[in-house]
Amino acid sequence: MDKRLVIVTGHYGTGKTEFSVNYAVKCIEKYEKVCIADLDIVNPYFRTRERKKILEKLGIKVLSSSIENTNLDIPAISPEITGIIQNEKIKSIIDVGGDPAGATSLARFSKDIHKVDYDMFYVINANRPETQSADKTIAYLKNIELTSKLKVTGLVNNTHLLKKTTVEDVERGHKLTKEVSRLTGLPIKYESVIESVAENISNLDIKNKIFPIKLFMREDWMS
Amino acid sequence: MAKVLMKGNEAVGAAAIKAGCKYFFGYPITPQNEIPEYMSRELPKIGGVFLQAESEIAAINMVYGASGAGARVMTSSSSPGIALKQEGISYIAGAELPCVIVNMMRGGPGLGGIQPSQADYFQATRGGGNGDYRHIVYAPSSIQETVDIMMESFDVAEMYRIPVMVLGDGMIGQMMEAVEFHEPKKRELQEKTWATDGTKGKRKPNIINSLFLDPQECENHNIRLEEKHKIISEKEVRYEAEGIEDADVVCVAYGTTSRIVKNAIVECKKEGIKVGIIRPITLWPFPMEIFDKINKNAKGVLTVEMSMGQMIDDVKIAVNGRFPVHFVGRSGGMVPTPANVIDSIKNIAGGVK
Repeated sequence: MDKRLVIVTGHYGTGKTEFSVNYAVKCIEKYEKVCIADLDIVNPYFRTRERKKILEKLGIKVLSSSIENTNLDIPAISPEITGIIQNEKIKSIIDVGGDPAGATSLARFSKDIHKVDYDMFYVINANRPETQSADKTIAYLKNIELTSKLKVTGLVNNTHLLKKTTVEDVERGHKLTKEVSRLTGLPIKYESVIESVAENISNLDIKNKIFPIKLFMREDWMS
Repeated sequence: MAKVLMKGNEAVGAAAIKAGCKYFFGYPITPQNEIPEYMSRELPKIGGVFLQAESEIAAINMVYGASGAGARVMTSSSSPGIALKQEGISYIAGAELPCVIVNMMRGGPGLGGIQPSQADYFQATRGGGNGDYRHIVYAPSSIQETVDIMMESFDVAEMYRIPVMVLGDGMIGQMMEAVEFHEPKKRELQEKTWATDGTKGKRKPNIINSLFLDPQECENHNIRLEEKHKIISEKEVRYEAEGIEDADVVCVAYGTTSRIVKNAIVECKKEGIKVGIIRPITLWPFPMEIFDKINKNAKGVLTVEMSMGQMIDDVKIAVNGRFPVHFVGRSGGMVPTPANVIDSIKNIAGGVK
């Protein structure tokens, strides 16, 4: 079982936010209090906070910028985030911005995080040009650890091509994630797959850890 | 090469480098920052130069200089930054130099906001710079099309010695999609005998300039430019048109907005309303002639934009009074929904069915 505090990191554009939002939605089935914190200071668009209404309807609390209801691209982070790191009664998910640059905002909380039990997931998408080999994927992982002053505890294969994802994409991503797991000793926690493709997965290695996701962040007209 | 997942801005950078661009001069602004970020990381690896200028004005003048010396060069910015570059663009057009300028539009006027917009249509097609100049404007609607256009833009710019603008809205810059890189069709490119790249003691110095003090010479220059503009208008117009010959309503939209419109069209078809679409891919030259193919009995033309109505002026010129021209749009960073468009289509279609 995952720790109470789950931090989601990864290379830029791997699908961390989509995974985080889906993970939060899954958590509300089991936990009374779930909170997702948007620590993304890298992206100006497609941030968790854009789905605040949907998530809050489901009973999930959303924390983001300390400046409410804005699209400002300034790195203002809600001070309430320290609260959800410490509060043992809240199942907390922290969605971190991509790359080491995005992880800098996490470093500020590292002292508090070290005091509690946490999981830090590293999301992998083998279809991103910069993370197609195990070496490069691990280089990003190490740099994110250095910047955030925290350790990754598990891997998430989130290899996709949005709505055009195929079983082959997932398989290729699984192979890469397995290789990263072998080289780092980190376990694979989830195989995150878009629902329609998840049905068609037959590889038991993937099936055992499958985490079917919905696309919350894509508008209907997007591919 | 297999498909990879890229953010629009990254894809712009990758495509530019694949097209042989070696120099980038710019100044940061959201929502296009991933372009300079990408270039700053990748250009040094291939012996190119990335330089963050002290301002947009400096950046466009660096582009002017590099292009004058014969280099493949580009800049990118977002709306207010492109506004600052207008003077330089007029100079580059006046001196007949090739370059590629990317604008990932955000809400305006002034500083506006950082969310997607299409309110720079006037700026891009009419120009904020002075004089009788034009430059080509491409408006891609997907990341794949952005890549294809970027790959071709440098050749087009050099072929006609003219600035080429690639006009995306912030959504094109920020959205992630699957892309692959293809070589563009080969174009006949002349040697750059005009470039200020050193006489090597073998020829007279070349001069890059847009100053013609003799009015007759200046007019001759303008006539020559206009002839070039005519050739471009004949040869480089690009658009997508679908279902316009038997349409009840024809929508006109470019970029991201055209995708929302296509979504709306599918919904309308289910209800028996025939809706066509004209999607200009070049905003200048604007695809005027395709409007002649619209069903003579169509009820109207609907322009959809992320602005308060700018392209609608060109649509009215193209329609030339034959149909009523309607408008639906959102501005300031708001994106229209298919529902917005469907409502307008139904209103125009009225009693059809």
